[in-house]
Amino acid sequence: MIGSPLLSIDGLTVDYSRRGGSPAVSDLDLTVASGAMTAVVGESGSGKSTTANAVIGLLPSSARITTGRIRLGDLDLTGLGPTGWRGVRGSRIGYVPQDPGTSLNPLQTTGRSVAEALRIHRRMNRTEARARVIELLGRVGIDRPEKRADQFPHELSGGMRQRVLIAAAIALRPRLLIADEPTSALDVTVQKQVLDLLDELRDETGMGILFITHDLAVAGERADEVLVMQSGSVVEAGEAERVFSHPATEYTSRLLADAPALQTKPRRCLAEAAADSQHPFVSVDSLTQVFDRTENQVIGVEDVSFTIGRGTTHGIVGESGSGKTTTGRALAGFLAPQSGRLRVGDFDAAEFAGSGPGGRRRRARPSRARLRQFRATVQLVHQNPYSALDPKHSIRSTLTEPLRNFGIGTRSSRAGLVHEILERVALPAEFLDRRPAELSGGQLQRVAIARALIVEPELIVFDEAVSALDVTVQAQILSLLDRLQRELGLTYVFITHDLAVVRQIADTVSVMSRGHLVESGETEEIFAHPSTDRTRALLDAIPNPVTLTGHADPAPEPALTAAAES
Amino acid sequence: MILDTRYLLLRLGQAVLVLLLAFTAAFVLLTLIPGDGVTARFADPALGLSPDQIAQIREATGADDSWFSRYLISLTGFLTGDFGYSVQTGAAVSTIIAAALPSTAVLAAAGFLTALVFAVVIAVAATYGPTVGPFAWVRRVLDSVPSLFISIPVFWLGILLIQAFSFQLGLVSVVSPGPAEALVLPTLTVAVPLSAPIAQVLIRSITEVQASGFVKVTTAKGASELWMLVHTVARNAVLPGLTIIGLVFGELVAGAVVTETVFGRNGIGLITAQAVTHRDNPILLAVVVIATFGYVIINLAVDLLYPVINVRLRTPRTAASGRGLKSSDAAARSALTTTAASVGVDLDWTDHSAAPTGTAAEASSETKGTHP
Amino acid sequence: MSLTDALAHNRSTAGTRAARGAVTSATVVSALVLLIAVSWALLPGLFTHFDPNDGGDTPALLPPSLDHWFGTDQTGRDAFTRVVYGASQSLLAALVAVGVGLVLGTAIGLIAGTRRGLVDDVLMRLIDVLLSIPAILLSLSIVVVLGFGTINAAIAVGVTAIAQFARLARSQAVQISTSDYVAAAYGSGGTFFSVLIRHILPNSISPVLSLAVLQIGSAILQISTLGFLGYGTPPPTPEWGLIIAEGRNFVATAWWLTVLPGLVVMAIVLATHQIGNTLRKVTS
Repeated sequence: MIGSPLLSIDGLTVDYSRRGGSPAVSDLDLTVASGAMTAVVGESGSGKSTTANAVIGLLPSSARITTGRIRLGDLDLTGLGPTGWRGVRGSRIGYVPQDPGTSLNPLQTTGRSVAEALRIHRRMNRTEARARVIELLGRVGIDRPEKRADQFPHELSGGMRQRVLIAAAIALRPRLLIADEPTSALDVTVQKQVLDLLDELRDETGMGILFITHDLAVAGERADEVLVMQSGSVVEAGEAERVFSHPATEYTSRLLADAPALQTKPRRCLAEAAADSQHPFVSVDSLTQVFDRTENQVIGVEDVSFTIGRGTTHGIVGESGSGKTTTGRALAGFLAPQSGRLRVGDFDAAEFAGSGPGGRRRRARPSRARLRQFRATVQLVHQNPYSALDPKHSIRSTLTEPLRNFGIGTRSSRAGLVHEILERVALPAEFLDRRPAELSGGQLQRVAIARALIVEPELIVFDEAVSALDVTVQAQILSLLDRLQRELGLTYVFITHDLAVVRQIADTVSVMSRGHLVESGETEEIFAHPSTDRTRALLDAIPNPVTLTGHADPAPEPALTAAAES
Repeated sequence: MILDTRYLLLRLGQAVLVLLLAFTAAFVLLTLIPGDGVTARFADPALGLSPDQIAQIREATGADDSWFSRYLISLTGFLTGDFGYSVQTGAAVSTIIAAALPSTAVLAAAGFLTALVFAVVIAVAATYGPTVGPFAWVRRVLDSVPSLFISIPVFWLGILLIQAFSFQLGLVSVVSPGPAEALVLPTLTVAVPLSAPIAQVLIRSITEVQASGFVKVTTAKGASELWMLVHTVARNAVLPGLTIIGLVFGELVAGAVVTETVFGRNGIGLITAQAVTHRDNPILLAVVVIATFGYVIINLAVDLLYPVINVRLRTPRTAASGRGLKSSDAAARSALTTTAASVGVDLDWTDHSAAPTGTAAEASSETKGTHP
Repeated sequence: MSLTDALAHNRSTAGTRAARGAVTSATVVSALVLLIAVSWALLPGLFTHFDPNDGGDTPALLPPSLDHWFGTDQTGRDAFTRVVYGASQSLLAALVAVGVGLVLGTAIGLIAGTRRGLVDDVLMRLIDVLLSIPAILLSLSIVVVLGFGTINAAIAVGVTAIAQFARLARSQAVQISTSDYVAAAYGSGGTFFSVLIRHILPNSISPVLSLAVLQIGSAILQISTLGFLGYGTPPPTPEWGLIIAEGRNFVATAWWLTVLPGLVVMAIVLATHQIGNTLRKVTS
């Protein structure tokens, strides 16, 4: 490092006055050098966003910096008043927010948004500002910047909006850029492009970047320095390479072990499943359900075919809008496709869709008994555990409901079944009388899985079932699913946007894009030899910290009890 | 092309349908159900009309025709501006209304504009007032002003104003006021309760905009509070205000009826009240239909103008079906706002168990657009 | 912040805030005000020993004093007594009005929101028509047909509230029937009716009920307006709107006959709004 760092934080402690308990951030030291990137990594609630907000003076009014100093060059930021801050924000510190969807003024053209900093700081007249805006938009890789400058945010894709936000943040050539999870709302291929752009800008202008992320792999791939935070404290800090190759603390090791993108261990082979490929358990044959069609994209799915062997896991990957969820809903019998066949065991899934929510009277209704059998055979687990459980029902009542509906057990034996299933998903029995609001996300997802399991299904469709969860919780759920599959011989369909997760859990995989199936086959085969550009682009976009190739030392087995999650 | 022709025609057709149904309902209510109005009124022996004369009246008013032909006659009458005759005075309803309309229009316009000024002042002070310091109480007080205003009985407010400004302070004469002087107190009477729901909606939308991501980003660019209010918050906060325009119209009509009665101002409100007292159904029918017409026209105008102000609605929906759920959600939400504001209380209907997850999922599905 | 972070944060604060922040001193005062109003309606004799309809030989137009808190009116009746006795008329009417709106509106809304399709379209168009007629004109038209009187005025006001209940109930039903947990309930073998009863109804009813409480306040206002215009209870039965209308003739000489009863009405309406809001915050 040369000379004094651009940003230095010494012993920062931030307290939420009303909350009580431990401070949001305690005793944090951090530096960002010119032209370098320092990444702050942590799970939700670790205090990483509070750190970013403190640096740009946007802490909520209930938060207070109790001790510590934040210095930008020679300037002490902790002592600034409102006027002082106005001079620093925008001109010396740029800020790139997390969610490009809500971070641009919807009633303003992108050009005006980019020019805003110039207007606030009165740097340029109208014509100069316009020229600078176009230059900036061009710089961040937006095609036809003259045209884009006159468009509104809703006319741009998420990736483009994030580029516009970056252009706005660097408009006054700040020395420091704070990027608060700038890519977590973006698809993985877009994420790569945005990260590349940040790297280029850093090389070109010599600005320093304070990068906040929950994604260890991204931090390892891009940052020079890494800070790992847990519940407000720094657990480990140092050069990225060192932290990743020789983590000094158990927490970092566990994060590394849990991050799916950092898993290199392929999934175990299921020999008997492969042998049974002549008689697949699930077969999808030219499934078509087109809601709408634009020039290059099908909304819905068109002509999708694949098969799944009994007892195996099939991953369906794709970016948003690729049709993976539609496929999953059709498999679970919640949607009657326009054409094509869907077989699960000896059921035809297509005939059952009429009775679900939103289902319209199509075709003749199948018999109720038949529908029940099907529902008991195929279960769906939703993405968002917070909305998948009725907030008014206790966990006991949620788990008993399918038993009653399907007439499983007797009134007296059901209590035992519910206890048993809760044990299976590693939740303590005292949770039975709680409401969903009292449980954490990971615990709720376990309940949702228990509800699916209790009817003893043969196929479970997971619709992005782990993407809303923190990485350690995600790892726990994935290993739970793996164990359940081995114990109960279940077949899984795993829908996700995360190729790393698929690699970890799936035997076979289908890659979808814009409503079409682009590739399907065994997971390792596809990862090793992708045959289409689409798959290759998806694979390339997985962040890959080079230093990690030697990471073979598995971390201690994560505790399977849900208590560890909270 | 800002407005899509198909949308325009559809919306126009809807408006005509609603108007026709409202007319039908009012016709059934005020003409059919009361039964034979002529016999009830003119067969009174005290009037001394001969059976011949009564038969003549029956003929002239079409009392013996079938209900359907009476409906058709009445409908064509309304389409051509012939609203029938007052049962009470025998004068043409259209003449009576034409005479009363200007005064009510002046009162309504003045009341609406005053309410708007009140609402903006209250909303800005309640959201931008000092949070700490010796004047922090101003903000707290103003924040609860709307729910106070909505709880005031309008007729009582009118009496109170007369008492205070005319009898106690002697500022405004009620005996022989000039035209402007006569307008002051009625305008206040209409404006105070009307300002409450508008202020409520504005406070709510300003608070929402203040918490949004783009305001944080703009702050991070170094903008001051004032700059932000003028350039960023104001325009975004006005949009939801438009959704309660229908409600405002209804309140205006109610305000006119009560205020004109209290102050004895001649106008639509006063003749409505008199029509009810004398069971003069033809006048009541005409007032109902005209007011409904006003409501439908104003809402139509708002609907058609909305895309001009809200740029997000300008582009023709490319992926209509994909967004189907979302747009219906927005409609449901605006309906909620209206419902909420109509009782004058800030209804933050965000169901904490379902809504945040829903919006989060919505936001992420939106941002995860395919790359260019 | 990740998605889970945001969600978890929202949830944890929602719970504590609802529990701690909702019950304020304003709520306690409001509850007391309502309690007093309800006691007036049920047991008026406990609060006053005067006759509401007969002033006896008490002098007319006495200003407020310890004997006659709100003064006396033009025939020497105690104004406070009339306000106390008026509570039963006004509150009963408000309950009838809200009951009409709640029952009819919620039924329409739930049917429209769960059946969807043509049923939904037709019902909601009818609700649009109901909304398009300004409320006061609609209630006046109904009063003309039904005839004057407290209960008739209450029914008229209730009809104007149907649209709001229907819209709220429908949007709740739509929101909940498209939620993940309802889909999951179907997946757990639920039928249309079991899901409706077990999941959709319990989750959609609480906002509707808090709207009902809020509506009591505006129903009191609307009914007293009709009473003031002379379409409610015929004199001499005391009713709040009518009391103020009678006092209006003495506005120059006896201010207390209008000001004090009006303050009572306002306080009670304000209290119902406060309680309704608190209920809504606690239940959601």
